[in-house]
Amino acid sequence: MTDVSADLATQAVRPNDRSLFVRDERTTRRHRAEMRFRMMGLAAVTFGIIALLGLMASILNNGVSSFSQTYVKLAINLDASKLDKSGKRDPAELQKVTTFAYQPLIKAALVKTMAEHGISVDGVNAKQAAELISKEAPAQLRRYVLAHPDKIGETITFELLAAGRIDGYYKGRVTMESAALDRNVSPEQLRLADQMREAGILEKRFNWSFFTAPDASDTRPEAAGLGVAILGSAYMMLVVLVLSLPIGVAASIYLEEFAPQNRFTDIIEVNISNLAAVPSIVFGILGLAIFINIAGLPQSAPLVGGLVLTLMTLPTIIIATRSALKAVPPSIRDAALGVGASKLQSIFHHVLPLAAPGILTGTIIGLAQALGETAPLLLIGMVAFVREYPGAPPEGFFDPASALPVQVYNWTTRGDPAFVERASGAIIVLLIFLAIMNITAIILRRRFERRW
Amino acid sequence: MTTSVSAIVIIVLALTALGYILGRQRALAVSDREKTKLHSLPGYYGQTVALYVAVPAFLLLGVWLFVQPIAIESQISSDIPQSIVDQSGAKSLVMADVRRIANGLDLLVGSGGFTETDLANMRADFSNVRSRLASVGVALGSDVQPAVFEAAKSYRNIGKAGSLIRNIAVLVTALALGAWSWFRITPRMRARNTSETFIKSLLMGSSLIAILTTLGIIGSLLFESIHFFRIYPARDFFFSATWNPQFRGGSDLGILPLLWGTLYVSFVALALAVPLGLMIAIYLAEYAGSSLRSFAKPAIEMLAGIPTIVYGLFALITVGPFIRDWIAQPTGLGSSSSSVMTAGLVMGIMLIPFISSLSDDIINAVPQSMRDGSYGLGATQSETIRKVIMPAALPGIVGAFLLAASRAIGETMIVVMGAGASARLSVNPFEAMTTVTVKIVSQLTGDTEFASPETLVAFALGLTLFVFTLGLNIIALYIVRKYREQYE
Repeated sequence: MTDVSADLATQAVRPNDRSLFVRDERTTRRHRAEMRFRMMGLAAVTFGIIALLGLMASILNNGVSSFSQTYVKLAINLDASKLDKSGKRDPAELQKVTTFAYQPLIKAALVKTMAEHGISVDGVNAKQAAELISKEAPAQLRRYVLAHPDKIGETITFELLAAGRIDGYYKGRVTMESAALDRNVSPEQLRLADQMREAGILEKRFNWSFFTAPDASDTRPEAAGLGVAILGSAYMMLVVLVLSLPIGVAASIYLEEFAPQNRFTDIIEVNISNLAAVPSIVFGILGLAIFINIAGLPQSAPLVGGLVLTLMTLPTIIIATRSALKAVPPSIRDAALGVGASKLQSIFHHVLPLAAPGILTGTIIGLAQALGETAPLLLIGMVAFVREYPGAPPEGFFDPASALPVQVYNWTTRGDPAFVERASGAIIVLLIFLAIMNITAIILRRRFERRW
Repeated sequence: MTTSVSAIVIIVLALTALGYILGRQRALAVSDREKTKLHSLPGYYGQTVALYVAVPAFLLLGVWLFVQPIAIESQISSDIPQSIVDQSGAKSLVMADVRRIANGLDLLVGSGGFTETDLANMRADFSNVRSRLASVGVALGSDVQPAVFEAAKSYRNIGKAGSLIRNIAVLVTALALGAWSWFRITPRMRARNTSETFIKSLLMGSSLIAILTTLGIIGSLLFESIHFFRIYPARDFFFSATWNPQFRGGSDLGILPLLWGTLYVSFVALALAVPLGLMIAIYLAEYAGSSLRSFAKPAIEMLAGIPTIVYGLFALITVGPFIRDWIAQPTGLGSSSSSVMTAGLVMGIMLIPFISSLSDDIINAVPQSMRDGSYGLGATQSETIRKVIMPAALPGIVGAFLLAASRAIGETMIVVMGAGASARLSVNPFEAMTTVTVKIVSQLTGDTEFASPETLVAFALGLTLFVFTLGLNIIALYIVRKYREQYE
């Protein structure tokens, strides 16, 4: 006992040992630990932001080039002796002329234009020169002739797509070295393309057809566009909006304003929160089993996609709507009831308008989620290769279509590296749509949100 | 078929509008234009009539559209002779042909030059059905057998008759109920109460959609899974370590390699996302100044708004090649760009905002008094976080972790594009492996033939996935709920 008290006594008389201005070892260690922890936190935040930037940079880096496209400008003589032997301009007759008849016209026009500009490269014959132009070009010509039969026999200047490899050359994807190893293009052809570019026959400009053209086959990535996919996505969003907004709002009103506190209500609520966490692919299985196999709706139809996405979006909308309804103070309801409104009147005339901004915000966010959803759409057959635009609504809802995210997936499964560029470009388009929707939601919330 | 459906929808909508106007007018008429004599505002009488016109008619239409194909299908398939079924292997194959031919005949009639009477006289053994259908763009694998052709014709006829009866039934329902509610209008009728009760039941009906969806999911998964286990032994499915589907039967469909891939990818993802997400939440909640917070928080949350297909593409074109060229190949661990590591890392990035926003809520819910107490005793900030806040927030964080795990297990696009397709049991994370979701996609896309175990296995996989994620969610929600009760 005495030892201890002596110890304490000696410590007490040596105050300078523990100066407040000099940190002892333990405090230093604790402060260092504090610093380390803090740095770890900062590093985590930095990692998150870098991941976001890396993601964006990678997509932009790969995809921006898909917004420009290389075209070849050629004056083509639509030779009547080849396209319309009977000379009657009969549409049925013209329909029978296949793209094979158009190919020589392009070749002839190219040879002529090259001669006019004095362009030639050793080792490139006329056939190889014609390979600079996309395989889609004869089809483009044929479509034009079928639409304007009266132009047969005239010489018209066309802007034809350049072949995918040539387009890739001007976007840095194809180089002289890679061309030497490539069966589809030779360095000589690239040199020819360079000369044509100097002569102004070949030019790179903004790629409008990327937004309007339908998908194209594996060998012609340069012609592939998002037209059908954008239209299909728009149809699906329309179905989702028309179904999920009224159903979601109605369900929320019931649960928030009318539902008695009982077991049944509990089951519904647990159900909704569980549905929000069910993997999206399970909804795809549901769509395949119920809407396609049992109800017999067609595969790849925007209607089926819309129905599946509606079921997925409903929980999001219900949760958002319920919190918007909850945020309206009870005094509003009481006041309405007090002046003689019925319960339903108080809700539809007073509570709902006040909750509308919150409901709209939730709906837009739900739609944005649905727009980016891919997995369930794969199962209901939206991966199919669709070249035809779906018709006008309402029949168009039953026509096969693609969707933006599915088109991205579809393109990544193709062999030609040019499709990776297209897929990234499509992602950029998708992200722009999402950004617009989310910004609208934020503006709505800022502008109309009321705090009581 | 679609034309007549949209036509009937438009007609019923027009009748609804008409019903509203007529109901309102009758209310005014029976009260001699004195609104005060009416029990409710005149609009409510119109509303009542409109509801009686529209709702039962649309319900009937919906149910009919759903039931008719099932009824026709069973009717026709029972008519098909057994000999043909034996010939083509399965009844569903024959039915697919029947449907395709019926569809082609529709197109044939629609394209003109071919009337219904021609069709009724057309016989598969005399006229070349196949080439005729090919002319309207319906390709058939083989020549059409007479019995199948007759089945297709009667499929079409029953379908047409059914649609006609449906349209009549819907119209009659709309008109009859509309007229009945219209005649019922008297000044003393409690129109507001009637229409409000009606609307209330509609509201309740909408909230049942959630239950119907769950039942639909469970029903379709269970039904087809039972179907699957009838033709494929359950023991082999759950305990076999080989996954090797064959087109011609004799497949090995063991779930173990897929489960292993799923859990491995999820483990990598969570190992990245949980510490990072947690640290981000802690830093932003406890340390960051308001300027950093106002910039970093939305940036991290942006990651949550990005669709998974974008992450999938990121894995495919950037992360995969990077890992292959800089890590896997130099160390000799693997040579493919799709690997468990690729998918896991990218999925981890996807989960970061999910974990951080959930943890943020939980950390903010820890009462300030606990922090103050700890500081008062001389603890540093990090000591307070580690020794006071974390233990207090632990149940919530476990809940967040389980929710994230359930998302990782159910995630599809990232693994489809980043993890590969080869089913394999290996511990090397730089090798390509596959997951349950990848195999659901690959077994169900393309030509789906429902009778084969190779297709039906997708439903058993889906059921396993559903049970797994549902279990995780229920536990997570239970933990989170229980934790909340402590502080509120």
